[in-house]
Parts: sequence; structure tokens; C-alpha cells
Amino acid sequence: MARNIQSLERAAAMLRLLAGGERRLGLSDIAAALGLAKGTAHGILRTLQAEGFVEQDAASGRYQLGAELLRLGNSYLDVHELRARALVWTDDLARSSGEAVYLGVLHQQGVLIVHHVFRPDDSRQVLEVGAMQPLHSTALGKVLSAYDPVAHSEVTEGERKEFTARTVCDTEDFESLLALTRARGYAADVEETWEGVASVAAPIHDRHRMPVGAVGITGAVERVCRKQEPGEPGDPGELRPELIAAVRDCARAVSRDLGASRF
Amino acid sequence: MTDAHTAGPFIAAIDQGTTSSRCIVFDKDGRIVAVDQKEHEQIFPKPGWVEHDANEIWRNVQDVVAGAVSKAGITRDDIKAIGITNQRETTLLWDKNTGEPVHNAIVWQDTRTDALCKELGRNVGQDRFRRETGLPLASYFAGPKARWLLDNVEGLRERAERGDILFGTMDTWVIWNLTGGVNGGKHVTDVTNASRTLLMNLHEMRWDERICNSIGVPMQMLPEIRSSAEVYGEVTGGKLGDVLGGIPVASALGDQQAALFGQTCFAKGEAKSTYGTGTFMLMNTGGEAINSYSGLLTTVGYQIGDQKPVYALEGSIAVTGSLVQWMRDQMGLINSAAEIETLASSVEDNGGAYFVPAFSGLFAPYWRSDARGVIAGLTRYVTKAHIARAVLEATAWQTREITDAMTKDSGVELTALKVDGGMTSNNLLMQTLSDVLDAPVVRPMVAETTCLGAAYAAGLAVGFWTSTDDLRANWRRAAEWTPRMDAETRDREYKNWLKAVERSMGWLDDTNAEE
Repeated sequence: MARNIQSLERAAAMLRLLAGGERRLGLSDIAAALGLAKGTAHGILRTLQAEGFVEQDAASGRYQLGAELLRLGNSYLDVHELRARALVWTDDLARSSGEAVYLGVLHQQGVLIVHHVFRPDDSRQVLEVGAMQPLHSTALGKVLSAYDPVAHSEVTEGERKEFTARTVCDTEDFESLLALTRARGYAADVEETWEGVASVAAPIHDRHRMPVGAVGITGAVERVCRKQEPGEPGDPGELRPELIAAVRDCARAVSRDLGASRF
Repeated sequence: MTDAHTAGPFIAAIDQGTTSSRCIVFDKDGRIVAVDQKEHEQIFPKPGWVEHDANEIWRNVQDVVAGAVSKAGITRDDIKAIGITNQRETTLLWDKNTGEPVHNAIVWQDTRTDALCKELGRNVGQDRFRRETGLPLASYFAGPKARWLLDNVEGLRERAERGDILFGTMDTWVIWNLTGGVNGGKHVTDVTNASRTLLMNLHEMRWDERICNSIGVPMQMLPEIRSSAEVYGEVTGGKLGDVLGGIPVASALGDQQAALFGQTCFAKGEAKSTYGTGTFMLMNTGGEAINSYSGLLTTVGYQIGDQKPVYALEGSIAVTGSLVQWMRDQMGLINSAAEIETLASSVEDNGGAYFVPAFSGLFAPYWRSDARGVIAGLTRYVTKAHIARAVLEATAWQTREITDAMTKDSGVELTALKVDGGMTSNNLLMQTLSDVLDAPVVRPMVAETTCLGAAYAAGLAVGFWTSTDDLRANWRRAAEWTPRMDAETRDREYKNWLKAVERSMGWLDDTNAEE
């Protein structure tokens, strides 16, 4: 049998020691109970503390189980919590970009829209909360596929429908698109899902750098992409850099907000 | 793309609220440039009593103004004016020679004047001053709180009659200090705050001598009543004098009126509802002060400079967001307020259950203090998810009751409801609201409508914005929910809700019995 990792065994023993009721123990108690040198015990406790599995009482210096343990069992982020945290930032993104904002999470084989802010002109628009979008062709879907391993397996195992001539369906091409997304930190969809529509999206992470959703803007390709001079070389579907920056700022702000408060 | 919000000039707004003081710097498009916020202590000397330390509040106000200006990275030359919005009705008396409060401020929620208000009603009852003031005699309002201080702080009445004592709601306290305090501070209040004292004649916008005498408040300590948007004075002296000296102090509005203004409800019939712990709905009724026969309050909406005042009808719901908090903290059915939507969305309907959260009686339009909360219609079928749904529906139906009362009093049908506050992030609630109101529900793009309203009023006063049309142009729709419920379902559900409400009444045997 392969040897187990000693420090993990010791950490598990510490957690068991602290478990059960409102137990708080000092460093010497823990070290003595497990037959460890104080320095060794302290090193493990500090690591557990940094991960949130153990907390230290400021007044007494004693250790107790951390709140993070409670979260492990049911640790998915409630999508309505995500919306509540994102509200102000997505409003501001709509305002600064002049485009509609969508917040999406992985749901089954697609992107579930959990929040939608109207484009800030006075036109009639319909709230699209609850709608589903495809994973492989939208900017939100590509971000989720690039960062969330579950989304990735869904999108690679599922069918990738060709919505327009620009939809990327080939497995190899699609994978390199996801690699590009990870390298750049954002994904684009220029007429890959809907003719005449372009979008850009960036990932939202929680405080463990886990991908919990994606936020992006969607609008007419003429507004979202850079206008090219006649005869100018380069990709005609180049996104306007200030829009990319605004989307990424928003994603970072929401991520910060999720990380800032632990509970 | 208009991301040039670092380009000035700007307007700063102070929101002196119940739990904290905030300052927000806005640009010309009404976008937020910087925010700073500081909480203050809630003092509970006895059950039902709530006080604030006014010195702490003034220190915090100075800190957050300096903080917001520094976060925005701007100087006094970039700021055209400062506006103020505030927790309404909270009452303070202070010595005009020393600037020292004679007692902690008595907060609007404080019920110590209950007995006094009953006594003041004499044989007429709580509507004794309604015709003049638009308000019932209730413990929220400022006048009786001032009387309580005069009766209970030793030697205070003599000092007040000598003219050494000043009265103010929090707008008055902040403006007096901003404009110099003991060194020539301006002792003023605006029409909206004055309309919550029970001392102002709503039709003349003047202190009512007869009522002041009846309540027992010497008129020499009352501030001058001014409009909501005009230059009251300049920032002078103190800590802020160094940073912001010379900037005009140019607006004051009670918080709910500020939200009405920030939501640009400038036309008769336009209404906003702010969903927080409780809910406050105000409807613009134009130049007419409409007397309510349906349990609503008549109040001043705003007054811009020397224009005519605009009136509003107000309905409040005591328990909305706090019911969700109760589900989280007391029942433990959810881990965060947002999760109520997750739980409620797991079922299609309320399963026949209705929740009337009359935790401290029923407010508008019933005003029944003998009512207590009920969950009606329970069967074996009902799950916690149905209860969660009933919780959200309770907020929607209570809003419906207020809008019905407003329509009855004003004769104006609600065309759309503008919403703000924390609960607007709850999509299911907003959809339910639209369903039961049978009207569109609209969320604006800036959630901070209270501060924005104060900024707008201050900006109008100094010509930063030229008209209310300018402000309307800034308003952006972030989301809109439209009714999806068929009329038959709506009528049946409303009937069931009203039956449940009926069952909450008369729970306490003695209407005078406390909790």
C-alpha cells in the first residue's frame, strides 16, 4: 500500500480533535494530544487557518473549527446571492458601455441568464432572466467552458450546433479558442450565435478563485466592434478595447465583492 | 461610450440615515464617482426607546464627506454644491451658544411619546391635527418628541423660552454645523422635513401657532422653513472648512422624498416604492395636498426654490425585508436573504398559504394595533418553499393595498411603479409585484436614489442642472417587469389575501395592550 501523506493525516487528526460541540483548544493541548512538537503543530494549524478550516480566538489564542468547514458540504454559491452582489456593478457596466449586460451561470448543458440589465437607451426591452444560451458560441458560455471544468466537459461532450457561418464547431479549433480565452481573461462572440450581434464576457471568481459565473455585454456588432478604416488590415471583428476593459473591470469588482465578505 | 466620469464638476450628497451616514459624489450624468460611509451607534436606553448621539453623527458626517471627496480625488473647485437627505422625524435640541446637544437625538422609531400623543388627541383622537398637518398624532413625528425633551430635561423649558435652545431634525443639525455652527450657522429646515413635525401647516408652509401651543413647543426654537432646493449657506469653519470651505449647501429632503426626487417622479400620479427593512411608497399628487381617508399620510414631496410646493401621499409597510430576515434569523429556513428567491422558486405557487406579517399590528391602510401575524391556509401539502413564496407575496399584496388606497384618495390610477432598495434584486418578488399590481414595475439604473435625489436638488439650486427635464434625461431603465398573471387568478388571490388579513385582526383583546 502506498504511504499516506503524514502532514495531511495530522491535519485530519487535528480537525477531529476540534470537532464536536463548542470545543476550543490551545496550541499546547493540541500538540500534546497528538504527540507533536509545538512547532510542527503550529505549522499545520496555521495552514488550516489560512484555508479557513480552523479559526483562532483573538482573545484567548485558542483554536476552533472554522466556518469554511460548514460551507464545504453545501458550498455552491446561490445564484440569487450572486445577482444581489453584482447589481451595482452591472448597472454601472451598462451605463458606461451603453450596452445590455448579462450575468450567466452554468446550468445543465447551457448558460442560464440570472441577471439582465437593459441597454440604457429608452427602447423597449424584455427582461431575459431565466433564458438559456448555448455554451459553445456565446461569450458567456465560452468563459464558463474555459474556466469551469464541469462546463468544459458538458461542452466537449455535447453537440455544438452551427448557428452562423462564424460559429466555431471543430473540436480542435474550439479548444484553442478556450485556451485563448484563458490566456486573455475574456471571451468574445462576434456573430457566432446571432447575425449582427456581438458580445464580450469575463469570468467571475469567488474567494477561492473558483469560477462561479460570467458577466458580459451584448449589442449590435457595429457598436461593440471597432470601426475599421477602408482598406485597414486586421480582423474586421475586432472588439473595442474600452469595452473589453469595462467588462473585465466589472467582473473583477463582482469577484472582489464575493471575496470581501466571508459569510 | 461615455466613461468620462472623472471629468468634473460634481455634486456631493450627504445621506444622514438611521444606521449610518454616507456621502456620495455624483457626476453630471448622475453616475456615482465615489462613496464613503460610516455607521453610528444605536442607543436603546429602555424597551421601545431609540437614541442617537448627535455629536457622533456630526463627526461621522465630516469624516464621510472628507472621505468621499478624497476617494474621488477631487478638490473644492470641482464640487458645485452639497445636498442633504436624512432620516426623517429624528429630533434634536441643542444649545445655540455652545453647539452642545442637550440630550441624545430621539429617533423616529422611538415610541416614548405614545402616551403623550394619546393625551394630545384629547377627545378628538389621533386625527386632531390631520387637516392642518396631513398627519395623525403618532409617536414617529418630531413635535411631540421635542415636547418630551422639554418636559424631561431639567431646566430646558426655561432655557428654550429664553431663546438659548434650537430645535432641529437631522437636516437642520447638519446644515447648522456645516454653515458655521455657533459662528453664524444657518438654522433652517426644508418643507419636507418640516412636514413631518406635526407642527407645520401643510397648506401655508408655516409653523402653525395654535398647534405649537397645543403640543407645547415654543416657536422661537423652531428653524426657518425653506424650500428643498436653494442655497442655505456655505460650508464654513471646522474640519470641512479647510477642505470644502465656500461650497454652497443647497438642498435638504427627507429620505423618502429624496428617493421620489431621485426617481424623477416629477409628474402627478408618478410613484416610487423603496423596498428595504420596511417599505415606503410615495405618490406625487402635484400642487394639491390630498386629504387621505384611507389611512395614508399627506406630506410635502418637494419644493424647488420659489416654485410652488409639490405634495405627495405616503403609505408605509412596516414589515417587508424584515420578514425575509425573520425567515433567515428566527426560522433558519434560509442562509442569506437572497436565498428566499431560490427556495420560493422551487415551487410554482403558494400552495394555498398566506402570510400576514402583522408583527406589530397592521399599518396603512388598516391601522389596527390589535392585529398580530398569521399564516393562513395551512394543509399537510404546504412546504417551507410555499411559505417562502407566501413571504414574497405578502410584500406584493401589501403594496397593492397601498396603491389601492392611493387610487381611492387621489383618483389617479397607477400607470407604473418605480422601485428601488435592496429587495429589487429579487427577481421573483419584482415579477410578483407586477402581477398583483397589474402594472409595470420599473427599476432605475442607479440604486442610490436617495442620495441622487439630494444631489439633484442641490444641482438644480446652483444651476448645475437647469431643469427637471435635464434630470429625467439622466434616468435610465435597468429592468422592467410586466404583468403575466391572468385577471381571474389575481382576483382570487387578492380575495384570499384579504381573508387572511381579516384573520390577523383582533388578536389582542385590549387594543391598548402592549406587545
